[in-house]
Amino acid sequence: MTYRTQQKITRICWIIGLCALAIPFVFPFIWMLSGALKGQADVFSSASLIPSKIHWSNFSEIFAYQPFARQYFNSLYIAVLVTGLTLFLASMAGYALARLRFSGSALVLLLLISALMMPEEVTIIPNFFLMKKLGFMNTHMPLILLPLFGSQGVMATFLMRQFFLALPKELEEAGRMDGLSRFGVYFKVALPLSRPALSAVGIITFLFSWNLFLEPLVFVNDIELFTLPLALANFTDTYGLPLWHLQLAATALAVIPMLIVYILAQRQIVESFALSGVKG
Amino acid sequence: MSAAIKGPSLTLKAREAISGWLFVSPILTGFMIFFVGPLIAVFYYSTTEWNLLSQQSHFVGIENYVDALTRNDTFWDVLVNSLVFAAGLVPLNMLLALGLALALSRSVRGAVFFRTVFFAPVITSAVAWAIIWTFLLQHESGAVNRALSVIGINGPNWLHEPHWAMASVIFTRVLKTVGLNMILYIAALQSIPRDYTEAARLEGANGWEIFRRITWPLLAPTTLVIMVITVVGSLKVFDHIYLMTGGGPQNATLVLAFYIYEQGFKFFNTGYASALAVILFVLILALTILQTILKAARK
Repeated sequence: MTYRTQQKITRICWIIGLCALAIPFVFPFIWMLSGALKGQADVFSSASLIPSKIHWSNFSEIFAYQPFARQYFNSLYIAVLVTGLTLFLASMAGYALARLRFSGSALVLLLLISALMMPEEVTIIPNFFLMKKLGFMNTHMPLILLPLFGSQGVMATFLMRQFFLALPKELEEAGRMDGLSRFGVYFKVALPLSRPALSAVGIITFLFSWNLFLEPLVFVNDIELFTLPLALANFTDTYGLPLWHLQLAATALAVIPMLIVYILAQRQIVESFALSGVKG
Repeated sequence: MSAAIKGPSLTLKAREAISGWLFVSPILTGFMIFFVGPLIAVFYYSTTEWNLLSQQSHFVGIENYVDALTRNDTFWDVLVNSLVFAAGLVPLNMLLALGLALALSRSVRGAVFFRTVFFAPVITSAVAWAIIWTFLLQHESGAVNRALSVIGINGPNWLHEPHWAMASVIFTRVLKTVGLNMILYIAALQSIPRDYTEAARLEGANGWEIFRRITWPLLAPTTLVIMVITVVGSLKVFDHIYLMTGGGPQNATLVLAFYIYEQGFKFFNTGYASALAVILFVLILALTILQTILKAARK
């Protein structure tokens, strides 16, 4: 056996191994689709991946079962709002912590960093009473405020600060010379330069809000106000057992658009997450 | 530099300080109200007991902690479960992530495809992932047991037998999160200069020696970060438990984060749940401090 064929065989073995490992990662998505297109009766009875008869009606039934379009919109608008607000407030604070010298800034930074890893479970109980007092129960306010000012907003601030620290100062100094205020320098000079960081932080923040589960579960009761994750968990019959065909169809509707975006912008999304991990 | 440009009293330095505080104040104010305040409050709540009937709370000192540590057997079960969960998830996750990263870090054909596949669950919502796996792990007609029966194995009732339920939750959680650690390892591997490994190869070192003597030591800082992120992540797992097992069967998958939710929002034991939250806080704080110490020791 020549060296070359030996190498070829090793390579093929590697690929077969990776394919085998990929099964539990890919297979769930395929079964989700398959189950989503099956009727209530044959979700379990038929072992075949391809439905005997395609039940497109599952998709219309979802909307009859609960206000799914409304819930979809809730998730979308909340995620967009959280992302926009986080980008603005976190980049502004991150800029100040990186560039402006003021007494107490080190303390502010330390305070924020200490919260980076704190899970929301730690503060969820007092926040429940706080939201109640503020009259925000059963509204979307907690779902906007808690990610914005909790560990996610802190992480965004921290990542923006790291980015601004690495940015050359010259352009901003030129902006100062031209008579821009500090806010003007931040807004008109530094912010346009930080598009890569903004998109990375934006992607992570959007997904964080989009996938949020504990907060909606605790703060929202009305089905009209549900977000997607809550709605997906809610496809049960009167005995509390899951209506698999509807649940899987709804899950497919929630997951597939995200997967398409992911495949199209794969590089950018993966890099955003790599950035967030390197922060430590 | 203290030359005032505009106005008689404000120096340049003072103006910079004012801008600085103005810039951080929106996030800082929110952070104080919705994070620091509640964090202080949870310590206070943990020393009280809430009466559902009278709608009043009274001070009980360390009673809730004593309750958890000495009187309530569930608490120790929960702590053991959390430990088992972390002990199962963290090594499995990190080994798999490192293996995948080593296989996929070079830009060979197919590497991008496989990276995309292994990372896909990371961007998928945990709720969706848990729902699909609950479906696949059903006892008699789930896809997993059907596949097993083809090779003659009679699969267990995954989510309803204590040990298998824990294993199932760990396994599906690893699948959900391993892609992130893989990406972090790949980024670290790609930053190792090629010359190091090339030189070693020329000296006659084999793959394993290169990994042990060069790659692994250079990865150490990344490994530390990944380990802390993964341990913390395992301590705050909630949605998987909520959707796949509900903490059952017989509390076999009742972990700390879920126990806090259950006590706080299902049984309304505000004081006791707050004491649990404080314990979670202390655990995470200890991990953060440990990480800082390890990092400092390295330098």
